Amino acid sequence: MVTVSMTVNGRQVSKEVEDRRLLVDFLREDLGLTGTHVGCDTSQCGACVVHLDGKAVKSCTMLAAQADGASVKTIEGLADGAELHPLQAAFKEHHGLQCGFCTPGMIMSGADIIARHGSDLDEATVRLELEGNICRCTGYHNIVKAILAAAGEMGGGMKQAAE
Amino acid sequence: MSVEGIGARVARKEDKRFITGQGRYVDDMSVPGMKHAAFVRSPHAHARVGAINAEAARAMPGVVAVLTGAEMAADGIGNLICGWMIHSKDGSPMNMGAWPALASETVRFVGQAVAVVIAETKSQARDAAEAVEVEWEELPAVSDVLGAIAEGAPQIHPEAPGNLIYDWEIGTKDEVEKAFGEAAHVTRMDLTNNRLIPNAMEPRAALARYDAADDHFTLWTTSQNPHTARLVLSAFYNVAPEHKLRVVAPDVGGGFGSKIYIYPEEITCLWAAKKTGVPVKWTGDRSEAFLTDAHGRDHVTVAEMAFDANNRITAFKIDTIANFGAYMSLFSSAVPTYLYATLLSGQYDIPLIHCNVRAVYTNTAPVDAYRGAGRPEATFVVERMMETAARELSVSPAELRRTNFIREFPHQTPVIMLYDAGDYEASLNAALEASDYAGFAARKAEAQRRGRLRGIGISCYIEACGIAPSKAVGSLGAGVGLWESAEVRVNPVGTIEVLTGSHSHGQGHETTFAQLVASRLGVPLDNIAIVHGDTDSVQFGMGTYGSRSGAVGMSAISRAIDKVEAKAKKIAAHLLEASEGDIEIADGEVRVAGTDKKLGWHEVCLAAYTGHNLPDGMEPGLKEGAFYDPANFTFPAGAYVCEVEIDPETGHTDIVQFVAADDFGRIINPMIVEGQVHGGIAQGIGQALLEGCVYDEGGQLITATYNDYAMPRAHDLPSFRVSTTETICPSNPLGIKGCGEAGAIGSPPAVINAITDAIGNNDLSMPATPEKVWRALHAAGGGLREAAE
Repeated sequence: MVTVSMTVNGRQVSKEVEDRRLLVDFLREDLGLTGTHVGCDTSQCGACVVHLDGKAVKSCTMLAAQADGASVKTIEGLADGAELHPLQAAFKEHHGLQCGFCTPGMIMSGADIIARHGSDLDEATVRLELEGNICRCTGYHNIVKAILAAAGEMGGGMKQAAE
Repeated sequence: MSVEGIGARVARKEDKRFITGQGRYVDDMSVPGMKHAAFVRSPHAHARVGAINAEAARAMPGVVAVLTGAEMAADGIGNLICGWMIHSKDGSPMNMGAWPALASETVRFVGQAVAVVIAETKSQARDAAEAVEVEWEELPAVSDVLGAIAEGAPQIHPEAPGNLIYDWEIGTKDEVEKAFGEAAHVTRMDLTNNRLIPNAMEPRAALARYDAADDHFTLWTTSQNPHTARLVLSAFYNVAPEHKLRVVAPDVGGGFGSKIYIYPEEITCLWAAKKTGVPVKWTGDRSEAFLTDAHGRDHVTVAEMAFDANNRITAFKIDTIANFGAYMSLFSSAVPTYLYATLLSGQYDIPLIHCNVRAVYTNTAPVDAYRGAGRPEATFVVERMMETAARELSVSPAELRRTNFIREFPHQTPVIMLYDAGDYEASLNAALEASDYAGFAARKAEAQRRGRLRGIGISCYIEACGIAPSKAVGSLGAGVGLWESAEVRVNPVGTIEVLTGSHSHGQGHETTFAQLVASRLGVPLDNIAIVHGDTDSVQFGMGTYGSRSGAVGMSAISRAIDKVEAKAKKIAAHLLEASEGDIEIADGEVRVAGTDKKLGWHEVCLAAYTGHNLPDGMEPGLKEGAFYDPANFTFPAGAYVCEVEIDPETGHTDIVQFVAADDFGRIINPMIVEGQVHGGIAQGIGQALLEGCVYDEGGQLITATYNDYAMPRAHDLPSFRVSTTETICPSNPLGIKGCGEAGAIGSPPAVINAITDAIGNNDLSMPATPEKVWRALHAAGGGLREAAE
């Protein structure tokens, strides 16, 4: 067993967990943050993407212990209170989700893509950058549209917003 | 069109919980005292199950129990069933082998469960499952259909000699043969429809609780049809009687058919919950999904089409062998028969059709309906044949289709279906125009200058949706009726709950169904709640599959609204001292037409519940239900045009344009319909270019992870150009045809027709990987065949 401490969505947490506890299981089962999903066992589907110290990571691919001392943001922590993050709003407006299972990972990856590329994002870049996120419902069409729309809307302020 | 009603592009009511991480999927749930299940699965494709030694596992930390198939059988838990009886052409019933939820004697595919471990944590359960020792006696296995029906093949079930489940036919063989004898031209093709693994992003899961005090079970499960699950669990598996079992399908992360079926894990969790006295949760991992979710497609077909001298089709004959895997899944038997052969007339006036289907056991995962279910297989056969025949006859593919289109409705095909309405020319024209089909030659020449091969392909699909008229399917062997039920519950304050037997797992019912109510009763969307997925709330329902929720599910709601409306009008007429026939309901008001006399909708609703002043003899309340049984299938149809560019050096295909023109009848929410088409096309392109389930000869699944099974990624796909044409469906009150499966049905032949057009070699199977395309290209080039091999 190992004690891990981190900040999750702005809240300081500390728990004793099995050494092999994955970050995603820590979030889902120990903290009850079930918005982060598990869709595969090979680190490919991206349903588990969260931000670790501001960068998108697959929480199924690191141990909770590796996140010790880090600041983690999950889908539950993305909105500013009742106000949706622009990318969350864009997913709704552009019908970027159907069953909703891949959605948290898509949004967390999308926010990271926007943060890294700024407003120069184009469709080809978004599609390439989504390599690590699989959606089975939407054919990606409206996900791509939502990310581009949010990138446009967030303009210059977006790097800050995504961090 | 109102801003919220039928036809409006309304953002989805359900989205907020999903975009904020508040969705409620089965694995997100926990109940007090809950333990975790892990299954012990067969590593062999075919083996006898010997002694199971669980002593070491039972002694491991956290382990509550290890339960085996022998114990399950001793407790009288029934075998899994197939709910659709098909008779062979000799009149004999299908040969169904027994499928216990936990195998105690023989396993027949890799991944089949033989025991379950219940432990405190998921990790402990998995560790202990690894420690269960099973003595396996390996048996010879066979994974492909042709091998399975070959002389001397391993025998998989004693009930099915030669591994043949049925040998079924439809149509008039002698007349077809005669027409072929008189044909001016015959096109013949060998076609394989590749096996697919559905891969809904949420893996299957089940959480079962048994309350001893009430002798009552609750099952939360990843289901597209919780009522069917309850019925089957009760009536056939003896897990619990129906009134003592509540089945809840909460948010479900995609289904595509794979979550229609009642799986061994659900049965096992329910049984184990009672046996151990603790709530039991199982959440499959992706490897288990690959190994044990019902797969799709997997047909081997020979097709021949006869034409007269005017290029009109005179007859069509099809011989198909369908791989059913190791067991007959719930609706498996209907897929290559009544959902496949009945659509082989396509959009064409074909006077004579004969189709023979052999269903075959192999040592692979069970195969059942996957998005489209039989109709993609039929469309692939018909549309590959049409494009190929056009090339052979040296006429344009569009022209050959036009020559043969059905133009008068209703149209009776020779394979059961009565097409009620359509305009195939309109959707073809729309697709050709949107894709600038006429300008293709210039684009091809331009691509050639860049060293790229450009090709274009058409597909004109039809499907039968709105599944299904109960009497018709009953006469064809279905074990259930396929109507839908709804209840419209108006509250005293005028807000409305609609209880539906349909289940939404991505389709947006909470929005579209509310739009119907808003249109009819003038109530704002925010005042309408759609309730589904819980057998305790909704009386009954057949669930969601076969693009049925609009055509059948909403029709049931519409019928219930009719009754609510009638009663509300009676009440209002009484209160306003007017004639019932003069009452109108709109915009939150109940008015006497042509006067200023009116009541608020909420006032009428309140009057219904106070009962202070109702017409004599009227019961208080405002709640009505309806069971809607469709009069016919519905027939969505459309035309897809795919344009590709191929790199001749690598064989890599880029889809440079994909155009869809669909006729779905009346559309409730265009945004949601477009989303359904996008997703369907992506799955169809996946089948055509990327996805292929591969078992080795011994029945080991080679494509068991996302490393090996190529799911379409964002960069594999273009943005799609979708549009609709409209002929109203005359067979249901809303004029809806259904849109859930079209994309997956229509797109694969469009893609393959485009690639084969580009490379000039028609011999290309799906998935058209770069390697296959490169080989086909160089084989067509002449002299390079050897080099390529």
